[in-house]
Amino acid sequence: MEPKRLIIVAVGGQGNLLASHVLGEAALMSGVPVRMSEIHGMAQRGGVVESALVFGDAKSTIISDGEADLFVSFEPCEALRALKKCNANTVAITNTRPLPPFTAFIGRGTYPDLETVTETLKNKTGRLIAFDATALAEEAGNPMCLNMVLLGTLIGTGVLPITADSIREAIRTRTKADFVEMNLAAFEKGFARAA
Amino acid sequence: MHKLLTDKPGESMFLLGNEAIARGAMEAGVAFTSTYPGTPSSELSLNFFQMSRESDLYFEYSTNEKVSLEVAAAAANSGVRSMCMMKHVGLNVAADVLMTLAYVGVTGGLVILTADDPFMFSSQNEQDNRYYAKFGGLPMMEPSSVEEAKEMVKDAFELSEKLKRPVLFRTTTRINHSTSVVTLGELPARKTKGDFIKDPMRCVTVPAVSRGLHVKLLADLKKAQEMAEASPWNFVEGKGSLGIIANGVSYTYAADAVKDLGASERIKILRMGFANPMPVAMIKDFLKGCEKVLVIEEGEPFMEEAVKAFAQEEGLTLPIAGKDEKLFSRLFEFDPAMVRKNIASFFDIALDAPAPVNAQGVPDLPIRPPTLCAGCSHRSVFYAAKKACEGMDVVFPSDIGCYTLGFLPPLGMGDFVVCMGASSGTACGFSTVTDKKVVAFVGDSTFFHSGLSGLINGVFNNHNYTLVILDNRTTAMTGHQPNPGVDMTELAMENYNTVDIEAIVKAIGVKHVSTIRAFNVKKAIETIQEAVAFEGISVIIVKEKCALYAKNLKQLKGKPFQVNPDKCKNHMECINALGCPAFYVKDGKPGIHAHVCVGCALCAQACPENAIVPARSL
Ligand SMILES: Cc1ncc(C[n+]2csc(CCOP(=O)(O)OP(=O)(O)O)c2C)c(N)n1
Ligand code: SF4
Repeated sequence: MEPKRLIIVAVGGQGNLLASHVLGEAALMSGVPVRMSEIHGMAQRGGVVESALVFGDAKSTIISDGEADLFVSFEPCEALRALKKCNANTVAITNTRPLPPFTAFIGRGTYPDLETVTETLKNKTGRLIAFDATALAEEAGNPMCLNMVLLGTLIGTGVLPITADSIREAIRTRTKADFVEMNLAAFEKGFARAA
Repeated sequence: MHKLLTDKPGESMFLLGNEAIARGAMEAGVAFTSTYPGTPSSELSLNFFQMSRESDLYFEYSTNEKVSLEVAAAAANSGVRSMCMMKHVGLNVAADVLMTLAYVGVTGGLVILTADDPFMFSSQNEQDNRYYAKFGGLPMMEPSSVEEAKEMVKDAFELSEKLKRPVLFRTTTRINHSTSVVTLGELPARKTKGDFIKDPMRCVTVPAVSRGLHVKLLADLKKAQEMAEASPWNFVEGKGSLGIIANGVSYTYAADAVKDLGASERIKILRMGFANPMPVAMIKDFLKGCEKVLVIEEGEPFMEEAVKAFAQEEGLTLPIAGKDEKLFSRLFEFDPAMVRKNIASFFDIALDAPAPVNAQGVPDLPIRPPTLCAGCSHRSVFYAAKKACEGMDVVFPSDIGCYTLGFLPPLGMGDFVVCMGASSGTACGFSTVTDKKVVAFVGDSTFFHSGLSGLINGVFNNHNYTLVILDNRTTAMTGHQPNPGVDMTELAMENYNTVDIEAIVKAIGVKHVSTIRAFNVKKAIETIQEAVAFEGISVIIVKEKCALYAKNLKQLKGKPFQVNPDKCKNHMECINALGCPAFYVKDGKPGIHAHVCVGCALCAQACPENAIVPARSL
């Protein structure tokens, strides 16, 4: 199978690693070859967390600049920071709910305005899906379900050879029992946004 | 049950590299494991720690890497399969044991895992520990993937027992922190008890003995080389007259690149997995079949220099390249596109790769550095130390842990950080040759690791500085591992003792010792001022549990605070002096995220208007 490459970026604590694990487990269940790498050194101290997932026949576990087929950002400013992973054909998804870093409050740098973020992403990638995913997570019952909303959108694009059913199954078996219903609801909301 | 204890051979699991290695060691029947934590090796130890609570596996967090290797060396010299793991710089600490243990050898398999960190994702340097294998005369194995790591570690135990030598198992971050599908093998019974058979002519390294041991080590290295020649971990794939020699993750990038470039008929790859001693005959043979060879390895030209020497021995003049301004760097990590580009340019193959988006029009973004957590005790101590030393010229040597982050603005505390334990040692030098006051910071885990010896040095040589021991009751930075000061009953674990830092400090003869909590800022300022005024060594122990650890233990009781808008006069002291991630600024006014704030009350004490109050009181 031709490799498909996915980059997920988030701020520590946003639940990106769980999303990538659910995705990996779903790939395993569907018999799709999958490899993943994570940089999460300081995830718990609010740094940036990046996961790379390579599906299909490739040995590498990391993704070079310009080589993401799919790109998901949990935070708009982080989408711009990691933009070099994309190329002109990349399908990009971003949450538009800002989580400004502390440095922006103490006058070290300015947080970009949202319009600039979405315009830049739109102009430079193949397709952009940008929306307030945190709001959908809140609707599903908990802002922490943000990861499942974005996972839904990601699967909804149809770029990956992974079915929504296998993700639902992975959510049932791999996420905390108390959260399963909420996670599934969040996944469906996100899935619908990809249309 | 722990997932890595699943006894279902043939089942597939999606495992992190460190989990796969732990599973591989269990499949090899490892019975004794020890470590001092360090990224990127930490999850490996965590899995052993967890499994030791559910099985007859022995695991310990040792005080430092040297002790850890000594502990494992003894177990392995009693015939028990043992594994000791650490991050790359940890091997520097353990090097004294390592270099002579290589002479002595083992009777049960001993695998020493070194987790290197090219690019320094979470390390203070990116040293290439393959040189330790060469330096010490140790057999070394290096996997290229998660799946392979699991299988290879089993072989490393076999090899160690065949040669009766410790084997170095070298990984890099991208092995430890990658996840892949792994097939489970059998879990054999473990041999947990062994016997030490006295053998002074092997085990007591006085000069007369060691002279003989070194002779034997070199002879064994010859044997090891023969094994490397026949090892399935060293293999050639593809065909053609162009050659690549690659190791570790570089091999995966090279293999993908050769495929992407459609060059499998022109380029062959020699993958090195049994990496020291090198399979000289195999490499020479490979060179003879090539017109041109590219050596692809992250870090130093470890293989490249050896390969060039082998070519010289054979009188071969083919071009051999690797580290070069136009090709590969000794810096940082590689990536697939970089490797593909260099292969294409070196072998003159057309390259068609997607172009990364250009950065034109992308605004400058505010950086997002990691910060101390909301409610972190270190923040309060740094704030107090800054206030206490206002107007004084002070050098602040610091050390390695979460508190290293204190060097960032706005706290700006930490002037000199080199390696674990160096705070108390460097403080001796700074206080001697400058006329400045010196206030050094060290964490509890780091104090036990190697900070204590610097402090003893300070007492003995009568130096003049203040050491602040940030005793947050855990090893926070690397994931909250226990250390000798930790109360293990809180983790529902019996059979441990707790070592009292204050008692140690007093026992070594420090004359000015105070123990305080972190969040009474006034008291902390006074205590620091008194200690700094004291001539000689003074120690302040700040005993306050790491907020994140307390949260995980469900001990965090504080309620969030709020800014009272009627009282706030916008001094912005809370924002500008503390750098707490619970704060935000909206319409030019500070506010506190209730879901982030843990109620430590530091900001309430810093606010000149007393405008920050418990949320429920408004
Ligand atoms: C020789 C060596 N071993 C291990 C590490 C990894 N490491 C970095 S910080 C740290 C522990 C810090 O614990 P502590 O001193 O208690 O500070 P805290 O993070 O709790 O604030 C460790 C083990 C290292 N950098 N160097
Ligand atoms: S993990 Fe603990 S020590 Fe580290 S920054 Fe957070 S609260 Fe502070």
